[in-house]
Parts: sequence; C-alpha cells; structure tokens
Amino acid sequence: MVQAVLRAEGELRDREKAVALVDETAPLINVVAANDAAWRAGIQLGMAQTQAQLCGVEIRRRSRAQEKAAHAALLDLGWSMSPRVEEHAQDTILADLAGLNSLFGAEENIAREFARRAAELHLRVQVAVSTNLEVAVHAARGFAGITVIPEGEEARYLSGLPAQTLAPSAEALETLERWGIRTCAALGALPVLELSERLGQEGVRLQELARGAHTRALVLAEPVEILEEEMELDDAVEDLEPLAFVLGRLLDQVCARLAARALSAAAIRVRFDLGDAFEKEEQVLNEQFSTKRFGEKTGIRAAGVNAVDGNGQSGTSAAKAELKMRANVVAKATTHKDSRVTTQAQDFSASVNCKDAEKTYEKVLNLPVPMRDSKMLLKLLRLQLQADPPSGAIVKITLGADPARPRSTQHGLFVPNSPDPEKLELTVARLAKLVGNANIGSPELTDTHRPGEFRMNRFFPQMNETRGRGRASKKSASDGNGEPAARRPATGCRIFRPRLAARVELREGRPAKIFFRGLYGRVVTASGPWRISGDWWREDAWQQEEWDLQIAFDGESAGVSASVLMNAPANMHAIAPVQDVKAQMRAGLYCVYYDGACRSWFVRGMYD
Amino acid sequence: MAANFAALRSQVELALAGRVVAPFNYRDRQEVVTVSSGISEIDLLTGGLPRGALTEIFGPSCSGRTSLLLSALSARTAQQEACALIDGGDAFDPHSAEAAGVELRKLLWVRCRNVEQTLRATDLLLQGGSFGLIAVDLSDIAPQLVRHVPLDSWFRFRRAVEDTPTILMLLEQESNAKSCASLGLRLEAGVAGWSRMPVEGAAESAPGCAAGGPVNYSRLPWGWLLEGTSARGEVSRSRVQKGNAGYFRGGFAAAAGAAREGIFRTRMDWDFFSLPIAAKRK
Repeated sequence: MVQAVLRAEGELRDREKAVALVDETAPLINVVAANDAAWRAGIQLGMAQTQAQLCGVEIRRRSRAQEKAAHAALLDLGWSMSPRVEEHAQDTILADLAGLNSLFGAEENIAREFARRAAELHLRVQVAVSTNLEVAVHAARGFAGITVIPEGEEARYLSGLPAQTLAPSAEALETLERWGIRTCAALGALPVLELSERLGQEGVRLQELARGAHTRALVLAEPVEILEEEMELDDAVEDLEPLAFVLGRLLDQVCARLAARALSAAAIRVRFDLGDAFEKEEQVLNEQFSTKRFGEKTGIRAAGVNAVDGNGQSGTSAAKAELKMRANVVAKATTHKDSRVTTQAQDFSASVNCKDAEKTYEKVLNLPVPMRDSKMLLKLLRLQLQADPPSGAIVKITLGADPARPRSTQHGLFVPNSPDPEKLELTVARLAKLVGNANIGSPELTDTHRPGEFRMNRFFPQMNETRGRGRASKKSASDGNGEPAARRPATGCRIFRPRLAARVELREGRPAKIFFRGLYGRVVTASGPWRISGDWWREDAWQQEEWDLQIAFDGESAGVSASVLMNAPANMHAIAPVQDVKAQMRAGLYCVYYDGACRSWFVRGMYD
Repeated sequence: MAANFAALRSQVELALAGRVVAPFNYRDRQEVVTVSSGISEIDLLTGGLPRGALTEIFGPSCSGRTSLLLSALSARTAQQEACALIDGGDAFDPHSAEAAGVELRKLLWVRCRNVEQTLRATDLLLQGGSFGLIAVDLSDIAPQLVRHVPLDSWFRFRRAVEDTPTILMLLEQESNAKSCASLGLRLEAGVAGWSRMPVEGAAESAPGCAAGGPVNYSRLPWGWLLEGTSARGEVSRSRVQKGNAGYFRGGFAAAAGAAREGIFRTRMDWDFFSLPIAAKRK
C-alpha cells in the first residue's frame, strides 16, 4: 500500500519521509499501513488519523487505484525480465529465471537487475532467488535487499524467519503462539503426524513451508493488453493547466512500464470522472445503502479487509501489525455474515460504475506511430484536451496506453528527409488547434463522380514505401538526376467554397451573360452543357449541367447585385471585397453549372 | 582595449551560444540548390525553384499560379517528399491536383480562414521542418489585406527556411515579400485553348443550324472543349546565382541567360475526370 503511494509521489519517495496511510472505516479514519520510518516515529496500526498526525508523519489516504497500478507495474517488471511470471499476491510476483544466466550472468546479477528495473518504475523491492517457489516468496518477504538461496539450504535460510511469514490462518497462528512456536525453525522441527492431528492439513502445509520442502508449479499470468494508471484527486480540478502535472506524472509511469516491456503506445486513453456527477452518485449510493444494508459497520470493514489481504506492505513489523489487525477483523466478520455484506457492497460499486459511465469524460489520442516519449505525449494530450475540454471538475484520472511494438525504420541513403513522425504529429496537433480538426489533413478522393467530393485523412506520409501510386510517379520519366522530366502541366482549378450563386442569361440555349459576386460578365466562349448526374437512388441525388465559360467582366450590375449577394456566402467579403473582386476578375475561365435539383446556377470554380 | 574587445566578443558569443554557431565569422552565401518546378518553360526561365529560400509567384486570376503550384507539388511528391499547402482561401481542388499528378497522401492541406491563421500555420510548419515544399496560397485574399502583413513576417519566414531543404512558395496577386524572396515570378494570363469538333461541309462562319444544310458544330457550345490555358511568366527577382551548383541541370544556363520571360501552356485532362476512382489511382 505504502509503495503504491510512494510510487506516485516522487517527493515523499526521494526524501524518504515517514508516511502513514489511513483508510475510512466509518465512523473512524484509521491508520492501515505505514513505512519503516513511520513505525519508528511511533505510528501504530489502527491508530486514529488525529493521533497519527501528532507523530509528525505524512498522512495519505489509501488509494486502491494506485495499489492496482503498482501491482500492474510489478507485473511489468516481471515480464521485462522473463516471459514466465506468476501473479502471486498484490505485492509479490514470481518469475522463472531459466535462461537468464546467459544474459545477466550469475543469479545475484539477475536479482540486482530486478532491483534496478524496479527502481526505474519507482518501486523499492526485495528480491529472493531460490529453486523453490514458496521459499523464494517467503525469503523475499522476510529478508531485506537481495537474497540468493543455494539449492539444499532453504531450511537453513528460512529458520530465522517468524512463523507469521508463512501466512497461517488466524486460528493456526493463535495455536502456534500458545505452543511457543515463533520461528520457522521451530515449526519445521515439529513432528508431522502430531501436527496433522492438531492443526489438520494446514499444519502439514505450514511445516513443509517452514522446511522449504513444499513444491508446486508456476501459475503463469496473462499479460494485460492495456496499461492503465489511475489517480484520485483530493480536490476537484477544473483547469487543465494544473492537471498537466498529474497527467505528466501518470504518463511517466505508463511510459516507464511500456519501456520495461520494450513496447510503445499506439494510443493513449484518458478518462476523467467528473466531480459533480461523482458527488451526486455518492449521495445516491449512500441513500441506497442505508436502506438496504444487511449488517453493521463491522461488516463493511470485512469487505475492505478482503482487499487488504493482498496488502503491499513489506517488512516484519508491518507484517506483524497487519496480521494482528486481520485476525481481529476476520473474527468479527464471521459473526456478522460478512459474505452477504460483501456481495451487496460489490453490487453497489457496480451500480456506481454504471451511473458514472454516463458522467465521465473520455478521450482517445490515436498516434500515427507508436511512441514512448512521455513529454511528447503530454504535449499532444494537452492540445487534444484544450480543443475539447471536459465539462466539469475532475476528481479522478485514469490514463491508459494501448501497447504496440516500437517503430523500427531503416532510412535509405537516397530517400529524401521526411518529417520526424513524433514532431510532425505535434505540429499537426498544433495546426488542428489553430484551424480545427476538420480543416487539416491529407485529401483523398472518394469513390463517386459527384463533383467536389473528397474526404480528409490523417496526414502521415509513408516515405519509405516504394514509389507512390500517384500519376506523376508512374507516368513521368526521370531526367537522369532523379528529377521527373517536365511535361505539359495540368490546368489547375480553384474551387469556391461554399459555391457561389449566380444568375445566368441564356441566349439560344447557351449562357450569354452572367452575374455573380455583384459583377456583370459577358460570356465570350462557352463549352457545354456537360450533363452529369448520380446517386439517383439516394435522397441527395444530384443532376448538373456544367459549362466552361470564358467571361469578360465589364462592370458592376446595379440591379442584380443585391439579389445575387443575398445568395452569396456570408464570408465572401472577408475573402475578397467587391472592389477587389472587380479589380481581379477582369476576365477568366470559370466552371459554372446549373443545379437541376434546386434549379439554380452556381459558379463552381475558376481555372487558374 | 584589446582585452575589452576580447571580453566583449566572448560575452556575445556566450549569449548567442546554441543559436548562432560563429557570430563573428563571415558567412559565405551558400550556393542555392534548385529543383524542377515541373514546368520546363519555367525551369528554363528561372533555373528551378530554390531550396532553403522563399519563392514568390504572383499575378492576377487565371494567370496559371495554381497550375504552377500543382506542377511543383506533383514534382516534389513524385520524389517522395512531404509537401504542405497552407490554403488561405480554402480554394484547393483535390481532383485537379490528382489529375496533375500530385500524390495526395504526401500532401498536408491546411485550410485557413484568414491571413492571420495562414501566417501562424506557416510559422508552425516551418518550425516543424523537413517538408520538401511548403506552399502558402494567398491568391484569394484581397491584395490590400496581404499588403498589411508586416515585412518582418516574410523576413522571419525567409530566415526560418534558410539552410533547410524546404522550398517555401508564396502565391499572391501582388508581390509583397519584396527582397525577402529569392525568386520572384510574375505570371499573366494568356490565351485559352479551345478545341472544336470537325466542321462538316459548311463554312466556319455559317450559322450553326442552316436550314437543310450540314450542321456547323463549331458554332454550338457542345462543339467546343476547353483544352487548356497559357500563361506568361516573367522573373521579377532572382538570386539564383550564376554557375549554380544545384543538381537541376537545365537551370544554370537559363538563370545566367538574358531571357526574362517565358510562356507555358497547360492542358485539361478530361479523360481523367471521367474515370472511376480505382482507375484514377492506377
């Protein structure tokens, strides 16, 4: 538990401050865990928060979300070293070291590598190496630092450890204490048959564990597909600026975990629990719970203790204190039908989640290439959040990463430099913030003959591919220097967006005069009509008669301009005021069409 | 005195460390590397488009600015270079660009709404770097608005693109970048080319539908087809040096020569527009 909090708060970790964790077991807030410095300062398990504050230690609230993330980080540590990892407990993992000697050398070096990588994940670990799984677990829990147990000497190493390290049941522990059995050596020396008669199969198992003779196979854990980190905020945060620090910290942790598994992030998912909604839901929860409760407050404590079973504490004193507390509470829970209360509490938490799902804010940052640079990811995330900020105050942050294989590129000697994908993504994100997401990207023609149809794709140039599919790359020949041989260029067209309404006068079935943008033009040459239509099976079927017109503009039309301007786009003047339009549109080639659907003339664009 | 100078010099060098390599060393003007614009007439006239410099192309409507832009984009994307178009008036037509051979997947299109957005987008892209060509299209923006853009913006762009392989192309109605541009090219509209259907018997001046006589299709609108346009280019400013060591071969003689004008013609690829999308991509 303490490790989980220290992992998230670098200041506490670096200065090795005394930290005590408190948890709410209504109506009191008690100490549930502490680090060695806090024990030395006089902190005791079960102490009230007010008492603990008098000891001059840092008080933090227990966070199950952080414990979950710390456990996931511990698993990542295991997978970074070995593919065969067992998820033994909340604070303990087992890893198969077979084959690692060729990479790291002696077993002590392997253990040191574990500790080093754990430090990179902001975890302080105790490592034990043994040929026996259970011996490794108990040695890791019992001895500080690195312990390497040679084969055949398991019993000797375990002999000094207290019997509580073997995690006996409360009844068995009480019996052993009554007998005066306090160490593993004493427990291992007891005769098996008599122990079995008095403590049953548990006694036999404990005796085997104490002698280091209990054997079993490794139960492999499945690697998770999404790496998540969570943080609950003490006070709700409304502004994005202070949130950036928290996001940065979470991203650092996620990136460290990705690095531990030699992976990168293909997407970053961020979820905020919004304050108002959360408070309301809590209120609902309390009301429901008060009407439907089955047991007393002790029952709720038992539900919480189930989670404490997998406590991340290390150190003998913490283990002792926790064990006493657990024995105490289990005894109480038995009398209050804890199982029913536990089930009910789980139902409520599920209902809260369902309701919160409607009040949460989610954002997915899809990355063009897998990335692991936490600073770059933070910049991208901030730009995304600034473009679409959450609607309420944030009380909880969940940040996840979709893992992917890191990008590997082989640059060609003759391939021109292309923008760095990470830098490019940041530039595109900044541009998207400036002009809007819909206004930036790479255009792609859609599979239709409807004029002007295209879609915007995300811009990600694949520079290392073979020659592209573009017409130029296939048709143009090289001049010998790598440059394409110049050929007669295609006529460019400029599109008016939105389309310009026009009034056209026909003479003998062909346009003779045209009025648009407040200007009067005489048609010099006309080519058309080129009739096109499509999508007749849809509601937005289109039918157009297209003309290519060479127009000479003689001057402004007095009577027509007003009506034409009424149909003109509102932002037309922002682009080109009428006086300038007159100046620039003396003559030109325009694409004009008659829209059969709305029976009106429009100017599509200009050949330039 | 000398000690003071030395101290001052070291202080300045220290202050500019990381930004300017050697502030007191004379900086030789580097030879400009030029690349093809995709139009041979323009290449012969200008010596190609200079990298690491600002190229200004200006002229009235229908003067071939867009055709030149598409040709340049086509040439650069064909060379696997990433290009960017900052579209000040949102007038870019992806269909005609694809017809011109532009590989659209390698083109970043930024659709802006005003001059301020366009300039800020240009700044961001220049900082991003590594684009082969960055085109800033201000053709549809009123000249007096562009005139109000302070000169230091163009100067900043020129400095930002210097010593990079990027071609910064600016399209306007009037020249505004002045001395910040390494190459200035004025374009003017030429004559449009129209093709006619063959005349069957009748004289060209005969009416389209003479009673009882053969039809003169050339008098009918559907008897005409826009073939393309022509434009005249004139170099207004060029810093492309004589004896340029760039790898574009055709440019050196042209840049050093006396020719200041050139005419190029464009074509309409009507067949391309009628093709289905799958055939266009083949």
